[in-house]
Amino acid sequence: MAPGEFLALLGGSGSGKSTLLRLVAGFEMPDAGRVLLDGADLAPLPPHRRPVGMVFQGYALFPHLTVFDNVAYGLRRDGAARAEIARRVAEALALVGLERLDRRRPHQLSGGQRQRVALVRALVRRPRVMLLDEPLAALDAGLRERTGLELRAIQRATGAAFVMVTHDQAEALALADRVAVLDQGRLAQLGTPVALYERPATRFVAGFLGAANVLEGRAAGGVIACAAAGCTLRPAETPPEGPVATALRPERIRVLPPGAAAPAENGLAGTVTERAFRGESWLLVVRAGGGQALRVVLPAGAAPPAAQTPVALAWDAASVVVLAG
Amino acid sequence: MHHPTLAGVRPEASFASTVANGRRCAMRRCGLIAGLGFLWAPILLLAGYAFSADRIPFQWGGLSLRWFGALAANDRLIEAAWLSLRVAAGAASLATLLGGLAGWALVRGGAFRGRAAFGALAGAPLVLPEVVTGLSLLLLFVALAGATGWPAERGATTVLLAHATLGTAYVAVVVQARLAGQAREMEEAAAALGAAPPIAFLTVTLPLMAPALVAGWLLAFTLSLDDVVVASFVSGPAGTTLPIYLFSRIRVGLTPEINALGVVILGVAGLALGAAAWALRPRRG
Amino acid sequence: MCRALILAPPLLWLALFVAAPLAILGAIALSEPAAGIPPFASPLAWDGGWPRWQGTLASLAALVEDPLYAEAALRALRVAAVTGALCLAIAYPMALCIARARPERRPLLLLLVLLPFWTGFLLRMSAWIGLLRDEGWINGVLQGLGLTQAPLPLLYSEAALMLGMVHSYLPFAVLPLFATLSRLDPALEEAAAALGARPAMAFWTVTLPLSLPGAAAGFLLAFIPAAGEFVIPELLGPPEAQLIGRVLWAEFFQNRDWPLAAALALALLAVLVLPILLFQRLEVRR
Repeated sequence: MAPGEFLALLGGSGSGKSTLLRLVAGFEMPDAGRVLLDGADLAPLPPHRRPVGMVFQGYALFPHLTVFDNVAYGLRRDGAARAEIARRVAEALALVGLERLDRRRPHQLSGGQRQRVALVRALVRRPRVMLLDEPLAALDAGLRERTGLELRAIQRATGAAFVMVTHDQAEALALADRVAVLDQGRLAQLGTPVALYERPATRFVAGFLGAANVLEGRAAGGVIACAAAGCTLRPAETPPEGPVATALRPERIRVLPPGAAAPAENGLAGTVTERAFRGESWLLVVRAGGGQALRVVLPAGAAPPAAQTPVALAWDAASVVVLAG
Repeated sequence: MHHPTLAGVRPEASFASTVANGRRCAMRRCGLIAGLGFLWAPILLLAGYAFSADRIPFQWGGLSLRWFGALAANDRLIEAAWLSLRVAAGAASLATLLGGLAGWALVRGGAFRGRAAFGALAGAPLVLPEVVTGLSLLLLFVALAGATGWPAERGATTVLLAHATLGTAYVAVVVQARLAGQAREMEEAAAALGAAPPIAFLTVTLPLMAPALVAGWLLAFTLSLDDVVVASFVSGPAGTTLPIYLFSRIRVGLTPEINALGVVILGVAGLALGAAAWALRPRRG
Repeated sequence: MCRALILAPPLLWLALFVAAPLAILGAIALSEPAAGIPPFASPLAWDGGWPRWQGTLASLAALVEDPLYAEAALRALRVAAVTGALCLAIAYPMALCIARARPERRPLLLLLVLLPFWTGFLLRMSAWIGLLRDEGWINGVLQGLGLTQAPLPLLYSEAALMLGMVHSYLPFAVLPLFATLSRLDPALEEAAAALGARPAMAFWTVTLPLSLPGAAAGFLLAFIPAAGEFVIPELLGPPEAQLIGRVLWAEFFQNRDWPLAAALALALLAVLVLPILLFQRLEVRR
């Protein structure tokens, strides 16, 4: 991980993402493997000696201390001088616009204010790595996007490396420089948000990010015969021979005009079983000839076919991503 | 930073299992073990020496059950114990009825006039020193006898009434804790399903209260069996309860019979607590 | 209507057996001692249908005039305060360990703390007498090891009194501390550690201040009953340990001075009214 990078650990519940964070913070000990920071092993260091800051899921603000004392807590442990503490706490609170609330107790703050106090409490010690455990999960949906962008701006301004744990794929894709997808305690894929979305490596990543359609089939001579979907796929790059799985993004599928026939390759004929309006788009569920149901997303402006009508679908070769596992 | 594989991390590992904490936890465990040792040592020694044949208590004279035999043959002690059990059962039953009503009224009665005063009255016996409770109840019984001729003689009945008053306070607290938070919603759900208030009380509230009533009864029962001070004040010549008898005996000197009685009470208390734990056990769902 | 029916029995009961006795206690404290049964004269006499005041402040005045009573009250408060402090010191690590134990183990550990409370108060006292007296177990062990020649006078001492008090009231201190500590979010101490606090510092700056309400409730739960205690000083304490509960008992049962005993009870209540109100505030805040 690079200095000043924003890394998101993305996974469902039980995927080990929080455990990984607690491992870096020192609250859990690894049975095997090492945690390295700038080449130095962190293992012999207890949590309070590690140069990391942490924002807890419920924020863990000290209820008996004021906002000022919460933020000053770490500086006092470092033995900073009184004047320096006052100056740095004031700076930190100004960074998030809370300078007027420094005498308040945590229970007198709103959820967004608490989140910002928890953030600057960890940041004020200038840690090299910031660990954030679901920092936005406790906020209202409306507040989440704005707070996320603020988080990103603060990260850029301070230059600290951020590691954020989240179960929300949109949050991870929008905020992080790189995203690590965890599946049952193992790293499934690590890459930039665009790379992860466009070229998922595994079935799990394809399904978790943007709910891609996964088509199973058998590859021979550059084409994949897909019995469940009842179609033939020709990816842009030649797939390995034998059984393979491919991912096809719902928004990359086109609906052909009524009466048009589906192409022999990279296309199929089916029936619309469900149609749902989602505001910015339409979601169609199409039952393909082979029986498999495919998700298709159309922009809101399009006129979608009605439910229970036959439909022909097509897509580009570049949209077919061959999965590794 | 390198990404460690997580396969080796125990998922159930928690804060308490970390190394730095492990040492502190061991220190705390020493504190707990020392505290429990302090609480239990005299009791276990008492129980152990109950099986000693020696005439002097807490002196080992070989294994024997003779003091259990002496206990069974001690008519005055058996009589006092029997009286205490009857008083305790009566007081606990009365306290459960009154405390159950009081606890329900305090949680579900809404804001009636004098609710604060009612709450303070119900809680007062919990915090009043025993000598104050005992003396004030005795003065009440004397005043009542002067005004109405009842109670003509103090004894088991007056002890029962006094213990029922103490027990009511304890039962009310236990019932309040049990009902707080859930009673209103449950009763409303019953009403929404077509239950008239008395039916809702019988089919929903009472089963909800039942574990607290059982625990409260046991609490009031043991409280009554253990009380010396209040009973000494309000009792008369005809009302020698077990604690009054034991107190007079211990003041004179110890006998190994008392150790044997300790073993019997320990066994009964263990059974009673087991029953309470069973009644209050967490239910699934 | 239905509510009034439910409310009436406990309300009448409490009015008769809690409120009325305290009112009578106040009245008797103002009455004149007299020979006879009961041994006092009512403070109000009826003269042809008119009440006539014949009470006296003599008993209350005696409390102030004779330094014996003030000393007894102060001694009782001191013994109760030491009892509360010792209980707290022993109970805190116990409660902390139980609160941090695995959840499925906690009921058993709590049961181990509470069970001694259910084994009979007098039996526990007799066990202490058996352990502490001259030919008792502790002196036997000390002499057997050759540490002392003659038995130490352990029983009927201040130390024996404190042992009995702490042993009796320790479970009361553990419970509220456990309730407070088990509700604390473990993430708070982790947050302190992540901010650079050593474990001892994290405890001192986070856990300890947040557990103060529970500690105060635990202290008061031991302090309030200990202040009026009669049986423990009588059985284990030195004869000169005339605590207020013991003085009240003696005035009532030996001297048969009921008005003075009632006045002493009022004095005990007056001394305890602040701790009791404080305790009830702590309970309400939970």
